[in-house]
Amino acid sequence: MDYSQFLSMQAELSLLAVIIVLFVADLFMSADNKGGKGVYNTPLPVALLALHTLFLLYSLCPQSGSCHHALSAGSAFGGMFLSTPMTTIVKLTLNLGTLIVFLMAHRWLSREENLVKQGEFYIITLFTLLGMYFMMSSGHFLMFFIGLELASVPISALVAFDKYRYESAEAAAKFILLALFSASLLLYGVSLIYGCSGSLYFADISRFFPSVDALFLLGVAFFVAGMGFKLSLVPFHLWTADTYQGAPTVVTAHLSVLSKGAAAFTLLSILIHFSFNEIIFQAWNEVFVWLIIASITVGNLFAIRQRNLKRFMAFSAISQAGYLILPILGGTAQGMSSMVYYLIVYTVANLGAFAVINTIEQHSGKLLIDDYNGLYRTNPKLSFLLTLCLFSLAGIPPFAGFFSKFFVFMAAFSAGWHWVVLVALINTVISLYYYLLIVKAMYILPSETPISPFRSDRYTRAALFICLAGVILLGLVGSLYTYIDTFSFGV
Amino acid sequence: MEHTIFILLLPLFSFLLIGVIDMDITKTGKVWSHKAAGLIGTSSLAVVTLLSYLTAYEYFTAERLTDGTFATIVPYNFTWLPLGTLHFDLGILLDPISVMMLVVISTVSLMVHLYSFGYMNGEKGFQRYYAFLSLFTMSMLGLVLATNIFQMYLFWELVGVSSYLLIGFYYTSPAAIAASKKAFIVTRFADMFFLVGILIFGYFAESFSFSFSGTIQLAEGAAAFQTVNISKEVAAAGFLIPTALVLMFIGGAGKSAMFPLHIWLPDAMEGPTPVSALIHAATMVVAGVFQIARMFPMWMEYAPDSLSIVVWVGALTAFYAAAVACVQTDIKRVLAFSTISQIAFMMVALGACLPGHGDHLIDNHSSLGYMASMFHLFTHAMFKACLFLGAGCIIHAVHSNEMSDMGGLRKYMPITHATFLISCLAIAGIPGLSGFFSKDEIITACFAYSPLLGWWMTVVAAMTAFYMFRLYYGIFWGKDNSEAYAHHTPHEASWTMTVPLIVLSLITIVGGWIPFGHLVSATGQAYDIHLNTQVAVTSSVIAIVAIGLATWIFAGKQQPIAQKMYAAAPRLHRWAYKRFYLDEVYQFVTHRIIFRRISSPIARFDRRVIDGFFDFLAWGTHRTAALIRNFQSGNVQHYAFAFLLGALLLLLLMIF
Repeated sequence: MDYSQFLSMQAELSLLAVIIVLFVADLFMSADNKGGKGVYNTPLPVALLALHTLFLLYSLCPQSGSCHHALSAGSAFGGMFLSTPMTTIVKLTLNLGTLIVFLMAHRWLSREENLVKQGEFYIITLFTLLGMYFMMSSGHFLMFFIGLELASVPISALVAFDKYRYESAEAAAKFILLALFSASLLLYGVSLIYGCSGSLYFADISRFFPSVDALFLLGVAFFVAGMGFKLSLVPFHLWTADTYQGAPTVVTAHLSVLSKGAAAFTLLSILIHFSFNEIIFQAWNEVFVWLIIASITVGNLFAIRQRNLKRFMAFSAISQAGYLILPILGGTAQGMSSMVYYLIVYTVANLGAFAVINTIEQHSGKLLIDDYNGLYRTNPKLSFLLTLCLFSLAGIPPFAGFFSKFFVFMAAFSAGWHWVVLVALINTVISLYYYLLIVKAMYILPSETPISPFRSDRYTRAALFICLAGVILLGLVGSLYTYIDTFSFGV
Repeated sequence: MEHTIFILLLPLFSFLLIGVIDMDITKTGKVWSHKAAGLIGTSSLAVVTLLSYLTAYEYFTAERLTDGTFATIVPYNFTWLPLGTLHFDLGILLDPISVMMLVVISTVSLMVHLYSFGYMNGEKGFQRYYAFLSLFTMSMLGLVLATNIFQMYLFWELVGVSSYLLIGFYYTSPAAIAASKKAFIVTRFADMFFLVGILIFGYFAESFSFSFSGTIQLAEGAAAFQTVNISKEVAAAGFLIPTALVLMFIGGAGKSAMFPLHIWLPDAMEGPTPVSALIHAATMVVAGVFQIARMFPMWMEYAPDSLSIVVWVGALTAFYAAAVACVQTDIKRVLAFSTISQIAFMMVALGACLPGHGDHLIDNHSSLGYMASMFHLFTHAMFKACLFLGAGCIIHAVHSNEMSDMGGLRKYMPITHATFLISCLAIAGIPGLSGFFSKDEIITACFAYSPLLGWWMTVVAAMTAFYMFRLYYGIFWGKDNSEAYAHHTPHEASWTMTVPLIVLSLITIVGGWIPFGHLVSATGQAYDIHLNTQVAVTSSVIAIVAIGLATWIFAGKQQPIAQKMYAAAPRLHRWAYKRFYLDEVYQFVTHRIIFRRISSPIARFDRRVIDGFFDFLAWGTHRTAALIRNFQSGNVQHYAFAFLLGALLLLLLMIF
């Protein structure tokens, strides 16, 4: 056996090492050993994950100065596992997201009922991350499915993390049932694809299977539906609001960004594999146009009416997922770079918004938009941060969100989908309305019982700082997009 | 030249630091906050000035290229926003004029920073003031260091914003607010043309870069410039590129206060006086001149005829502003109109460049005006800043802007008096001082362009000497306002205010002897300035006569001649005093015609039709949202069912 192929799995292996270290540390240093006081709390996992992130950065650009070429893919297990610089960039982004989630989880995990469970939180979250790694690097449906399940089964445990809270348990139940349903449907779709084409390798399916029949398309439809569940695209989105509302806010933040990013990127890379077959390629585009438009529009329409911030963010995330997969149309290299850039910006902006929502919830227990009335008077810094993040989500010019939307629109436009871009643009205006509702509540509306002033813990502040820097700097430093662009590949 | 990045970063950081952090650490009083904000701003600017001098030294002492020019150095350039084939870049570009501007901006800005310590002492908002000064300096430096016209536009707007903020610094005064709005709106109006010009240029030239004849030394890793690629068809069409350039010139005319877009500059004097010295005399207002100089190769190659627009706009402005300056009584207004007139000199000089003979498109002799304009920009910045800062000292001493409240001040403020006199002599064009050399080159270039223009500008130069000495005598000689001074004796300002005056007047004395033609010239090759004796003698004589005239009329304690002259032509005096009623014309056109006849019907259409449409959209959205909310039942069975239906729907979509 050629052991050098494990080199292409260095990201996964190093993450696994992090998990194992945490696992062992949890055994010896956990709360029940030391009389209820968590010893390793946040610093250890954050430090390890940061180390892992640095390692990924290093592997992306080795010291010799010769950066990897876009298609210098490493593969393992006979092509079941593929790794390109682009997947490393996405993995880096997901890492960053997880890091922010860890930072903002501090206060929540320091609660008495969570102290004993905090080790589990880190390990479960990292396992979902590992699953996403495998999913994105898969070159084969089996590897893909293992990754997918590794990423989604632990999430249901996370959703149920506050298990004595009724809403958390309900959310988890709904999530598990529907996740099972979608996974079985997806698996059925994959088996149909296998039955028709005789291969589970992405690369082989379109190459060796020139004729397309309805059975095969049924398989593809089920597969897309299963992915639509992960991305919470309309009409597979119905679980989203209930689960997001019931889950602990930190977990909601994780759900809204990380699994979506991984799923969107995986979809795009599979589409690029399938593009050899003209018919599949056409059908795929045809389906996604409607999924995208439905997600953006329906997400927006529902978001307008929400009063609960977590539900609100759920629908906002549905709509954002539509923008995220907009560059799938055409599957061009430009599309891939704009999608990854969008993901990076969306990660910082959305997690920044959630970090503010979370810290306010931890301190005051308030979650309704009406509770935010007059927040500016008592907590000006938090309101300002939330405003910046919302502006970025809405795509207002100087912030990063404007540029990411711009690139996504450019990609879809140059792929020829002019009218879709127009619909998306109109929806951007609508989204501006509901994002501004929150800003209005914070700055303009008066309140008799405002949220009292408080100072958030230093980990949350670190998370907020990262997000703030991202929201402001990513827009100004345009060379990041150019950098990503050198690694992207497409149809 | 890698250190040039700090020239931009230091003022930016000091802006962020002073702007965001409350300097009043002790919480006891305002003293500490004053000192800290001022010290941070001034010391960062001092470093910037040192770096600029270092850059200038390294740049101008480097070996010339084989064709006798200095290399254009680009230490930084990166793609900020790719737009298909075009892209917006940000970077730093060093060539003779940008390096020259670095020196001018950092010197004047440092002097103003230092001066403001004394001038703004005890003002409310001291910290805010220094934050804005840093912001302005950063933007202005970015403007001159821009590697392409779009980056220039970005910083151009930033400069406009910081000018707006500083004019409206005394935000409790309605006049200051009105002035800041006026400045912003008028320059923004002009900038709109600039932007359209940039877009036309970018579209047809397939690039936002400036065109250079010389060699460009790109640093390693910097994004390469897109070459200006004007197709034969576009060039042959003959109007596209000239249109773009003239539109850009309108933007420049707005910033540089050219007639008829000059109306904002006199009002901008409502800002603190050091701000007037920095922004509205030395640096920002010459941005328009700088822009023409930047695009100069394009003008010469594609639009040499259109340059005559620049010439005549400049000539008219120079005369108009000089005429108005002769009768103003507010000393800052006199200086403001003098600035307009002097900038117009620079514009005229740039416009008076003719294409070269033979195969060289540009040669140093026929394009003497380019060098003269840049030279005058340099000398003018120094003596006009000195004049404004001197005016600031005077206003500080007598608490008034009106000449009637002054007189006989030479006894009370000797340093201010001496420096003011030197600068007046320089602007009047007395031989030996810097203004003489640069103005002389301009007038020589004008004579070469057309004798009419030459004589015209000579007359304006005479008027310059006249109104400057009217101002000088009105302040320092004439009647002694002893009753007004009795209870408040004017005194010389503190050292932080006099040191900048001395420095600037020293530069004014020696500045003319710099071999400027060796550093900056139209082609980049060294050019020996030789004075045209005929022009030099004529203009010196005329200047001396004009000064003599001013002495005869205004130097005495009583001014019977002046009174008689006002009485002889009361209407002319009144018209000139009211700036020929141009502001009233603007008021009439904007309020009566544009607002009432054009804007309000459009506003009505907007409210009824466009808003109505969006209200309808919003109503529809809300209705739909209400209708479909039942899908979200909270029931897992329903969700799963919808899920399955969705999957089947996808299949249908794929098949058909």
